[in-house]
Amino acid sequence: MNIINIEHIAKIYQVGSEEVHALADVSLKIDKNEYVAIMGPSGSGKSTLMNILGCLDTPTKGLYEFTGVNVSDMNDNELAVIRNRQIGFVFQTFNLLPRSDALHNVELPLIYSGIPYQERRDRAKEALGQVGLADRMDHKPNELSGGQRQRVAIARALVTDPSIILADEPTGNLDTKTGEDIMHLFHLLHEQGNTIILVTHEEYIAEHAARIIRIRDGLIESDTPVVNRVETKSNGISLQS
Amino acid sequence: MNSYLFELKEGLIISFKAIRANKVRSILTTLGIIIGVWAVVTMSTAIKGIDLAFQSGVSSLGSDNLYIDKWAWFTNDTPWWELRNRKNLDMEDYERFVSLAELPLAVAPSMFSRETVKHEDKALEFINITGTTHNYLETTNLVMEEGRFFNELESDGNRNVIVLGSEVNKKLFPLGNGLGNYVRVKGQKLKVVGILEEQGSWVMGNFNPDNQVFVPIGFVFKYLQRESFGSITINVRAPNSTMVEPVKEEAIGIMRRVRGLSYDQPDDFSINQQEGLLSEINSTIGVIQIAGLFITGLSLFVGAIGIMNIMFVSVKERTKEIGIRKAIGAKRRTILGQFISESAVICLLGGTIGLGLAVLTSFIINQFLPTAVQIDAVFLAIIISILTGVLSGFAPAYTAAKMDPVDALRYE
Repeated sequence: MNIINIEHIAKIYQVGSEEVHALADVSLKIDKNEYVAIMGPSGSGKSTLMNILGCLDTPTKGLYEFTGVNVSDMNDNELAVIRNRQIGFVFQTFNLLPRSDALHNVELPLIYSGIPYQERRDRAKEALGQVGLADRMDHKPNELSGGQRQRVAIARALVTDPSIILADEPTGNLDTKTGEDIMHLFHLLHEQGNTIILVTHEEYIAEHAARIIRIRDGLIESDTPVVNRVETKSNGISLQS
Repeated sequence: MNSYLFELKEGLIISFKAIRANKVRSILTTLGIIIGVWAVVTMSTAIKGIDLAFQSGVSSLGSDNLYIDKWAWFTNDTPWWELRNRKNLDMEDYERFVSLAELPLAVAPSMFSRETVKHEDKALEFINITGTTHNYLETTNLVMEEGRFFNELESDGNRNVIVLGSEVNKKLFPLGNGLGNYVRVKGQKLKVVGILEEQGSWVMGNFNPDNQVFVPIGFVFKYLQRESFGSITINVRAPNSTMVEPVKEEAIGIMRRVRGLSYDQPDDFSINQQEGLLSEINSTIGVIQIAGLFITGLSLFVGAIGIMNIMFVSVKERTKEIGIRKAIGAKRRTILGQFISESAVICLLGGTIGLGLAVLTSFIINQFLPTAVQIDAVFLAIIISILTGVLSGFAPAYTAAKMDPVDALRYE
């Protein structure tokens, strides 16, 4: 079954008297347990597509079915519920709450879905354990390295057991070695059965995925499987479960 | 219902975290509310105190008392020049009234004057001297602290005897040896035969019995004020409060006879009552109350604007945080609740501190006025501070709640 089914969506912004077509006409399907990279130069509409896929925004035209549910016309609150339960975000700048410790950051989505204290604490601890940060739970983001912060963010994305994990340039703020570790984590998550959408402009990072969708000028330029996937090395990083 | 409670609880926890994270700013913001609540509670306490002091002062006059006078205490319908042209009340009027009146419990004349009262090198200026007779005490609620009031023999014989109010006694005889001692008024030596118990009703001004002395009325006429120049007041006490009206009716009838008025002439005297004084005082207190609460309310309002201002800054500053929260699933309602409860918690903390300060202040006020912070003022202060927080937090919280997650996330 398709997790994501997009049919002829367009996103049009009104800039002064001019209409800007950030997305002109995009259709695509993504299945469960796919590992897809979305690529494109800046201004291509890649970010707009990601915002729509992540239910942060709605298309001006077209249909977006997420897990079989039409989300194109949903209001703010309905979208918030979808984001909360079904989508795990990983951002380039980590986007952790700076004044809260790792554990609180990870349990935050569970607070918003109304999970009682004890259960969400346990689940948050488990997610942090999975990404190898069991011993850093009470650290605040500024007490963690870049790679550790991104792992906290991944734990936060995982903790709700979402339908997709949407990663926007997850290695953009990391050095190559740390970036490699994070990519290995995504690889393991994919092997575990998660659906991962990776947004990047780096060819090398995109080639970790199994399928690359290239966007240019608001249109899909190409949609191809990756022949020579980049193999990640564990470097001591593993998923504990 | 459960989920609302859950959100409220989580919202409060998040609020406490945010407040602790911005300590200095939270304290400064709270200051406005602290001062506001302190001012409102202290003001209402002080007003309550003034009110109580007035009430007890008035009741020391006695609620069953009538005062037959040339002058009216409250001149609502009679112009003052007509009052001035009235014939003075004199001792003859008093004697005839006493012989005709059947209902009163007690009747006594009084004549006021002001003089300096001296003892050795101590002198008290402008002391109210009331000239009266031996039965004056029965027309009041006054009680003797030491000694006795002057007796019939002394008042009829215009002896040089004097009864001191407690404050006069304290000032002239700080060592407490007043009784049996002598004071001088207009060069006359008067023996202190009694000292009155303290009334503590400072607000009554001229009426304050603590700051008065009492002498036989003949003494006043002889040395202080010629009888033909002044007008006396006849103090009449009814046996109980239900008898006040009949006593008043009787007094009017007798006084018209005594004054020789024909049926078509208006009264040329006034019957004054504490009741009139009370309603006058109540309306004065009412004005003080409204003005006081309005002014202190303004300071609370300014505090509320401060909260609103700082919450707007806080929302702007935490745009990114709001974006993150929305991205991972916070609904509008949740964000709204988070910021409203944050400002409500700040205000509640401020209100509680303000209330504490007000309680401390009330101990100081209590030195001068019989008062304490009222329990209803406590609840009011808490409710007002929560309400202030919710109201002043609403607009900023609403701005936060309706932010677009994409823009908020992009905000640096």
